Amino acid sequence: MGLVPVLFGISLLVFLFLKLIPGDPAQAILGERGSPEQLQALREKLGLNRPLHVQYLTFLRNVLTGDLGVSAVSTIPVAEELKRRWPATFELALSATLVAVALGIPLGILAAVRKNSLLDTLSMSLSLLGVSIPVFWLGLLLVYLFAVNLHWLPTGGRLSTDLALDFRPITGFLVLDGLLSLKPQVVLDALRHLLLPALTLGTIPLAILTRITRGAMLEVLSQDYVRTARAKGLSERQVILKHALKNALLPVVTIVGLQFGTLLGGAILTETIFSWPGIGSYIYEGILNRDYPVVQAGVLVVATAFVLVNLLVDLSYALLDPRIQYR
Amino acid sequence: METPTRRAFRRFLKSPSGKVGLVLALGLVLLALLIPLLKPYDPATDRDYLSRLTPPSWAHPFGTDQLGRDIFTRVLHGSRISLQVGVVSVGLGLALGTLLGLLAGFFRGRTELLIGWLADLLLAFPGTLLAIAIVAVSGPSLQNAMLAIGIVQVPVYIRLARAVVLSLREQDFVQAAIALGAGNGRILLKHILPGTLPPLVVQATLSIGTATLEAAALGFLGLGAQPPAPEWGAMIADSFKGGYAMNAPWTMIFPGLFIVLTVLAFNLLGDGLRDALDPRSP
Repeated sequence: MGLVPVLFGISLLVFLFLKLIPGDPAQAILGERGSPEQLQALREKLGLNRPLHVQYLTFLRNVLTGDLGVSAVSTIPVAEELKRRWPATFELALSATLVAVALGIPLGILAAVRKNSLLDTLSMSLSLLGVSIPVFWLGLLLVYLFAVNLHWLPTGGRLSTDLALDFRPITGFLVLDGLLSLKPQVVLDALRHLLLPALTLGTIPLAILTRITRGAMLEVLSQDYVRTARAKGLSERQVILKHALKNALLPVVTIVGLQFGTLLGGAILTETIFSWPGIGSYIYEGILNRDYPVVQAGVLVVATAFVLVNLLVDLSYALLDPRIQYR
Repeated sequence: METPTRRAFRRFLKSPSGKVGLVLALGLVLLALLIPLLKPYDPATDRDYLSRLTPPSWAHPFGTDQLGRDIFTRVLHGSRISLQVGVVSVGLGLALGTLLGLLAGFFRGRTELLIGWLADLLLAFPGTLLAIAIVAVSGPSLQNAMLAIGIVQVPVYIRLARAVVLSLREQDFVQAAIALGAGNGRILLKHILPGTLPPLVVQATLSIGTATLEAAALGFLGLGAQPPAPEWGAMIADSFKGGYAMNAPWTMIFPGLFIVLTVLAFNLLGDGLRDALDPRSP
């Protein structure tokens, strides 16, 4: 299915989202004070009296020109706030993916190579547990253990207050900014703040990745060319890392990509637990305050990012597997 | 010769995860059915301000919460809400998704394109986000949460049912039925639907696990069951938002433990059913 019909569908759904909420937006803005004339004037100003398809086209034009509406609570343009917050979400999703890749792929390979060993059973059990745990609960447990009881790590936020006071972010990616401005204490502090949220958000992809890597490796290891490689006397290490792994990677890369997309949207719970100032916690605050423009724009942006990431995953197939070509 | 049902049963009994899952799931169902008889509970009146936030003890095995309510009783009664969400939302997703998938796979052409677009569109949203958006529009309540979780499941069943139908409709017995002049409805219901059941049963069992997690997430965000209902996600939210998750961790640990137990039960059961029903598994 093409990208354009899906993006069109998303924009339509998100537009209808605001239309479906019961109540008159003009009334909601003016409250009880508005006179009938004022209400009418505001409705005209907001374009609410125009036909639905015209309203949709206006909405589409606004979105395409970067106008995502204004927060009903803070009166700050939503686009501005999203722009300020997206590095936090991106940094967190990227770190969580790194956690999942760095632990999940080696664990999956080991489990496949030592099939039916204790290590295999253990990693598969942990992987099952990983997909069965509510993310927000895991986050709370980690905070309780590592921050509140052991005092090893901070309970939330992106940077300690004393450091945040005189640090001017450049890109918004704090680890990178710390490196760029040559402040090792900022890099270290940002990493300490990242660790628990990244672990929390990374658990589900980690569990899935371990399982997929194991399955893909088992499939490849039973192929003839692996037997040939062994028969010609290659070391087991070479067989596994050079011959098997390379061919097992395709499904693994798919999952990494799809999970990264999911993480961008799934960060709502993790960001809430760790008071992480990203898009997820912005949407959560929008829900709490019934700030619908914020929820609407947040959902639109996250869904669009998700679709685009999935498209990139599809395109990366051609790079990894020369048999696949796009015309 | 062994009948397919017997064979599936024998294979299910050989799967350790299936057996553990079955025992856990049966235990949860029994708990949910019997708890109102064993320990009647009214969430609206169960308050004891003299024993607020007391740690686990003989009188209160899971401790008490900020209103002095016994967490043990609330968590056990929460199993009723959780299973209800699982069954209702998965039933909804299964029924709607399978119907659309059958139609798409059988009639092809424009029907398939339209239904495929719908599935793609629903899958274009990360699941939890879509559920959140739906409940945000329709208003936070347990009913709307079940509806939202059901809708999120629909595309999974559309794709699954469509794939099975596509492979079945080319098979000889279906072609024979068409050649004999059977009507579309008869072919779909009598010949194709039974063939889609095994993969759908496996998926539905696994979906109950997903649905339980999503219901807990919605409850945690304040978009699911409303207080004072003893829903597990909402109980954790109370503990977190009230600011005593860290001083009185039992208020969040035990509800979470039961979420894990429930999801684990249906994931294990689903794995066991897959081993038993999938002809490709050894």
